[in-house]
Amino acid sequence: MSRYTPPEQSKAGQVFDIVVVVVAIFVALWLPLKLGLAGAAKSIDALDAKTWEALGQNPTMAAIWEKLGYTPETAHDVIQNRFHYVIDWPTLIIMAAVLIGYFVFLFRASDREYRDVISEKFDDK
Amino acid sequence: MTTTVLEPAIHGDRVSLLRVLGPAHVWALGVGIVLVGEFTGWNFSADKGGALAALIVCWIVGLLYTSVAMIDSEVTSTVAAAGGQYAQAKHIVGPLMAFNVALFLVFAYTMLEVSDAILLGDTIVAKAGVEGLTHNSFIAATIVVLAWLNYRGVLMTLNVNFVITAIAYISIVILFFSVSPWTQGAVLKLNELVTPGNALPYGWIGVIAAFQFGIWYYLGIEGTTQAAEEVRSPARSLPYGTMAGMITLLIAAAMTWYVCASLMPWEYLGITYYPLWDAGKLTGSPLLENLLFIATLLAALASANGCINDAARAWFSLGRDRYLPSWFSAVHPKYRTPYRSILFLLPIALAFAFIADLNQAITFSILSGVLQYTFMSINIMMFRKKWPLGTIRRGYTHPFHPLPAIVLFCLCVVTFFAIFLGFGSQLIAMTIFYFLISLWFHFYRYKFVRRGDQFTMPWPKPQGY
Repeated sequence: MSRYTPPEQSKAGQVFDIVVVVVAIFVALWLPLKLGLAGAAKSIDALDAKTWEALGQNPTMAAIWEKLGYTPETAHDVIQNRFHYVIDWPTLIIMAAVLIGYFVFLFRASDREYRDVISEKFDDK
Repeated sequence: MTTTVLEPAIHGDRVSLLRVLGPAHVWALGVGIVLVGEFTGWNFSADKGGALAALIVCWIVGLLYTSVAMIDSEVTSTVAAAGGQYAQAKHIVGPLMAFNVALFLVFAYTMLEVSDAILLGDTIVAKAGVEGLTHNSFIAATIVVLAWLNYRGVLMTLNVNFVITAIAYISIVILFFSVSPWTQGAVLKLNELVTPGNALPYGWIGVIAAFQFGIWYYLGIEGTTQAAEEVRSPARSLPYGTMAGMITLLIAAAMTWYVCASLMPWEYLGITYYPLWDAGKLTGSPLLENLLFIATLLAALASANGCINDAARAWFSLGRDRYLPSWFSAVHPKYRTPYRSILFLLPIALAFAFIADLNQAITFSILSGVLQYTFMSINIMMFRKKWPLGTIRRGYTHPFHPLPAIVLFCLCVVTFFAIFLGFGSQLIAMTIFYFLISLWFHFYRYKFVRRGDQFTMPWPKPQGY
């Protein structure tokens, strides 16, 4: 295999590439925040009676909450803010497909590139 | 295990990084990055599954990381180059995988650094109790000062990390023995706080969901490999430092869970940003309260410091191989650090420290970490297949292969499912980003990369090629 000689990249091209990567990083990390996709899927299961007993707290727990500065009213939204684990199958399948597709592409494309590397490194000698 | 000093990867006649580090520095780098997880983050696993779930994942995820440490020690003691897992991927899987792994590393460590800075700022603001005081100036000062420290030299950076990590670790040990852990009822009230009725409030699905933040007990221990090109003896220092780090962290995680779960209700434990500091407060001892306050700050500092070190080396490696513009591959002529990479990542960390909150920054970091561990489980299989035992000299050979790789892969799958339970949208968004940036690299950027020059290890041709 003939030795591959990469093209020289201009300064402007290098700066452009850096900008592309930085923009991509910001979009990937910032967009989920902006679209409200980030963060835990939790919601408050409100109770009418806001007492330690109704909140499922025994006297030891209640004493600790009070030591931490909480009353049953202020602790209500902390204690009743719960995850609701319902498996959304379409989303799960999409997530699995995206992940598997990503890794399959990574390994296949990497292998094609790797064969060139090995060929140039070892077969030229 | 042999203790042969491996030759550094050769990259022309450029100024290279300095080989000045020993096993203690490797320990300080790994544990320094991770120990903050005991001071905040692990406890969100209680939120997702309850107090008992947090303990179960502490041990199971500990198994995941023990596999990571074993696998990493073998590959890195053989591929001794800056960039750690990036250099491994480049030599074993291929360029595109290496590019992705470097991005995993940069994201995981930069977001962890952001989390550390937010934690430090929030902790100081909470302690000060001054109305109108915000965390912004503390966050900015933390990131800028630590970047300067990293700019000035790796030896000083990791000496500082060793000292502050050791102090933070000792504070956990002091807290543990101060609350008479062998006696229930006096200070600790585990049996009244973790009852059969509330131990697993969501059942077993909550245990699986808790895997996501269980990762935070140990996330970053694999960062020890980033020092591969700066340790005097990679074959000796990396396995010793990494394994000693894992043992240290397993002990710290167990002590932390026991004390915290015995002092506060799981609902509070699951949402507090300062579980150990709160534990110090709840003992009623001002001395312990202040000790844990200072230790929280030191742990955050040590972690951010190590993260800047690791993220910069991963970015530096991308430049050195021309995966990104080679401008990033410059080594400071006096301090021998990847100073341009350190300076480039500084404003990115600052920007995210101001727009993300702690919980989100932690999730971003975890997502990149789990993607990387998935790669590692497959990477070790390919490494053993392409260069079976005996064909190249390994600094360390991990036992029970392929069991650790299989365990690691299975636990990664479970953790992906755990992330789906509550944070699935973020996982999909991040994966799509990695996919798109991979297309950009494969079809455009890779044309600027010299093919054969990427393979720098003095190994024979891999089997099957």
